[in-house]
Amino acid sequence: MIASFLRVAWHVMRKDITVEVRSLEILSTTMLFSVTVVLMFSFGLVSDGRPVDDVAAAILWIAIAFSGTLALGRTFERERHNDTLRALMLAPADRPALYAGKLAGILLLLVLVELVLVPLVGLFFNAPVLAQAVPLALLLVAGTLGFCAVGTLFAAMLVRARSRDVLLPVMLYPMTVPVMIAGVRGTAALFQPAPEPAVAQFWLGLLVAFDVVFVLLALWTFEPVMTD
Amino acid sequence: MIGLAAAMFAVAPFMINNAPSEATMGLVYKIYFFHMPSAWMFLVAATTAGVASFRLLFLKRPNADHWVIAAAELAVLFGALTLVSGPLWARKSWGVWWVWDARLTSSLMVFLIFVAYTLLRKYGGAGSDKLGAGLALFGMANVPFIYISVNYWRTFHPPTSVVPKLPVEMGIPLWFCVTAFTLLYVVLLRLRARLEFQRARVEALYLAEDEL
Repeated sequence: MIASFLRVAWHVMRKDITVEVRSLEILSTTMLFSVTVVLMFSFGLVSDGRPVDDVAAAILWIAIAFSGTLALGRTFERERHNDTLRALMLAPADRPALYAGKLAGILLLLVLVELVLVPLVGLFFNAPVLAQAVPLALLLVAGTLGFCAVGTLFAAMLVRARSRDVLLPVMLYPMTVPVMIAGVRGTAALFQPAPEPAVAQFWLGLLVAFDVVFVLLALWTFEPVMTD
Repeated sequence: MIGLAAAMFAVAPFMINNAPSEATMGLVYKIYFFHMPSAWMFLVAATTAGVASFRLLFLKRPNADHWVIAAAELAVLFGALTLVSGPLWARKSWGVWWVWDARLTSSLMVFLIFVAYTLLRKYGGAGSDKLGAGLALFGMANVPFIYISVNYWRTFHPPTSVVPKLPVEMGIPLWFCVTAFTLLYVVLLRLRARLEFQRARVEALYLAEDEL
């Protein structure tokens, strides 16, 4: 049971990665988009050559949310365009496993984007990204997972809806406010001149709880909402 | 029921007027008589929408959808009332229109989720009923997370425990208003759900006509 679940999820993820590796369309556009978002914020928030205090963490997470929305939208737009989501749904496989595979693919994509984003924020805003690398990485992964867990379900549901491009962020952002708050506060605690790992750990705990609840809820709701 | 609710709302201003003024805030605090009941009804509407969504998705009750729509729209209505009356009061008692407090922020977020729901239902096209139910269900599960996170972020709002401690002269008009708002909520919810139910029936009749 669990083995077949994992196998289906693995195949869906591998399919997505193979498609992506051949075109690099979503990865390259999302990465460039995230870089331009960081630049836009720099021009808005850096005055006299110095950034406003505590701003690096906020920009990092906002850039992740924006590029995450873009990647989610594009990934499912591709499925919709070729009508392959229906083929996936017709496959004799567990629906929750399909969701898990999609989620893993998007998570991997965003982690790659973050690998570019984090050093960039460190460079532009003098943020000590390497000083507390392990807690920072944990926060990023936990936060991105929470964001994608909700986002993958919503984007999948919206595939058949009209005006999905604007409805996705409108639905997703209010829902992921806890991720943003926890991510930004935890990261800001690590970026302090004297880092506060205990504070970051508290926010990490909240993120993990969010992940557990929403991944389970999404696995559970995916079947009924995707059934016609 | 409509008549009773209307009559209670007609009497409410007089009762509020007769309630004693509060020592530090004077007249302004009287907005509380509308603020708190609408905030409660906002939460009740949000919970109704979540429960009805659960029934729609997992128990496969198609009629539950009418209740989700009705409750979600009422959540927007009472949420707007709460979010308008709150800042008016806050301006006087805290000196600012808005603070990033746990309750204010979580109310705003839940309000936004339900605004998103109504937009989705209006513009989402076919299949948006299940989609919306998913959204409402997630919204309900999200409330504790928003609350906890914003609570650790910062908090100012007076705790709910202030209500039982109010003197009787203030308490009676307050509970009167709560009852009036509850009645209004029930009336509107039933009317809206019935409207939606009849709309669905008309649609079904149209489809049946086409098949003939």
